[in-house]
Amino acid sequence: MNTTILLFLLQDGITNGAIYALLGLALVLVFAVTRVILIPQGEFITFGALTYASLSAGQMPGTIKLAVAMGVVAFAFDLFTFRKALHARRVLRSVAVNIVFPLAIWGVMWALGGRPGNIALNIVLSLLIVAAIGLYLYRIAFQPIAHTSVLVLLIASVGCHLALQGFGLVFFGAEGQRGPAISSDAITIGALRFTGQSIAVYGITIALIIGLWLFFGYTLYGKALRATAVNRLGARLVGIRTSLSGQIAFLLASVIGAISGILIVPITTLYYDTGFLIGLKGFIAAIIGGLVSYPLTATAAILVGCVEAFSSFYASNYKEVIVFTLILPVLVLRSLAAPAVEEEKD
Amino acid sequence: MKAQNSALLQVTDAHVAYGKVEAVRAVNLEVRTDEIVTIIGANGAGKTTLLNAVMGILPLKGGVSFAGQDVSRIDIEDRVAAGLSLVPEHRELFATMNVEDNLLLGAFRIDKATAARSFEHVYNLFPRLKERREQLAGTLSGGEQQMLAMGRALMGAPKLLMLDEPSLGLAPIIVADIFRIVSELKAAGVSVLLVEQNAQAALKIADRAYVMELGEFILDGAASDIASNQRVVASYLGFQHEGESAI
Repeated sequence: MNTTILLFLLQDGITNGAIYALLGLALVLVFAVTRVILIPQGEFITFGALTYASLSAGQMPGTIKLAVAMGVVAFAFDLFTFRKALHARRVLRSVAVNIVFPLAIWGVMWALGGRPGNIALNIVLSLLIVAAIGLYLYRIAFQPIAHTSVLVLLIASVGCHLALQGFGLVFFGAEGQRGPAISSDAITIGALRFTGQSIAVYGITIALIIGLWLFFGYTLYGKALRATAVNRLGARLVGIRTSLSGQIAFLLASVIGAISGILIVPITTLYYDTGFLIGLKGFIAAIIGGLVSYPLTATAAILVGCVEAFSSFYASNYKEVIVFTLILPVLVLRSLAAPAVEEEKD
Repeated sequence: MKAQNSALLQVTDAHVAYGKVEAVRAVNLEVRTDEIVTIIGANGAGKTTLLNAVMGILPLKGGVSFAGQDVSRIDIEDRVAAGLSLVPEHRELFATMNVEDNLLLGAFRIDKATAARSFEHVYNLFPRLKERREQLAGTLSGGEQQMLAMGRALMGAPKLLMLDEPSLGLAPIIVADIFRIVSELKAAGVSVLLVEQNAQAALKIADRAYVMELGEFILDGAASDIASNQRVVASYLGFQHEGESAI
């Protein structure tokens, strides 16, 4: 191997690793706050990517209908919860979040009338749609069972993944799609050529990580989310609703997933089920980080990206096998370090 | 009794069960405005269970009304918003966050201006917390953690503070400090419901007391009467020679 190939593989690995890092961080966040292992993260990626691709091709993506339908169900759930104390303020807030919000997005898309808008508008619309789906997914599938064990939440999570993947197939078909790149420029430094897209990946990843760091370190809601992750009962005792924290966590995770998808879709062709595999690689990074450590997860994600890049060069048939094998030594080491893990009582 | 001394917290015919085992039976409890009330009793009498049920952590059969509002069916978070606050036995601090953030989150439900006043109030009560404000809550000593837990609860400007065993596992000098602060709270307009095994110290600062045994209240009355009750002296205060220090 010469230096050029080495550098090229590293560059490829870091670009993918940056995306895995985002996904891994979202998984850690959701798990810490809600104890849900977010398998549907992959669908957020797919939905984000393919909604963006459809919009760019001037088509109306089916995800908006899903968002509206899920909003109606979420509203019904809210009404059922409020039935004992039907305060006007609560109901209005629920109408705004669950009914008005998705209809407003639909309205904008309808007004555009299938004309492919500009890239920025398409990105914003895709993010909003997936954000709405993420928010309602928590409300419908996880909030009612928030107090149950990690295992029950995991099973619900698998169920959501399968259901959303099915919807993905209905909305986008079995063919793969690609979306337009955010930037088609490229610069060459030495032997390496950096495309505008890969620079966008680095830039957006770094911006998001800084943004999350600021959110968690300096805002009241960010701190409330951390507090819920650290001590759920303590958080409730100061008046932080577990459901509010869960909603924010899912909102962030779905937006992060959608951004990852939008960043990847100009580089690789995405199918309705591709997101799952990409999400799993973020999951490996999150497991290496023990589902608690953000810096460890981000570092592990870069490692996963690089291992993937090198194994696709040396043994491309075994690429996935090698990447997923990474998890074994980590699990063995972790189980040796912590022999008994008790399930948290709630 | 003055007119403003109306019932702030009223618990009527409360039953709390773990499965089929009833840990609290037919309990009636009242805390009035500007009053320190203590519940004393042996380990396992059901004191903590009762407090947790009043806060909404455990399901309670019976009535709980607070500040004239029926709170028996609402969530913990709404009880907090109504002005009820619990400092639980295990404190439930945010261990990996610093003292100031713990306090800040205590004011999660209230507006910024009130929160700023709360900070001042809490730092005045516990100057130690101000010194340690950058330190992580998990690295504080037991006494400081108890102060932080109380401070965090006070940040939300509660009407009633429920304290579960604040003296547990603390050095006597710190216990004295904590009880002194509890009695100061009354002057600041916060009513206190204090659950304690350290009956002596609790009865000294309380206005009224309930004695709990095996899930039931067996005695209640003015704290001074309870403190001189033969049965209470024998069971909870131990025999004492006159003039001996209480703590």
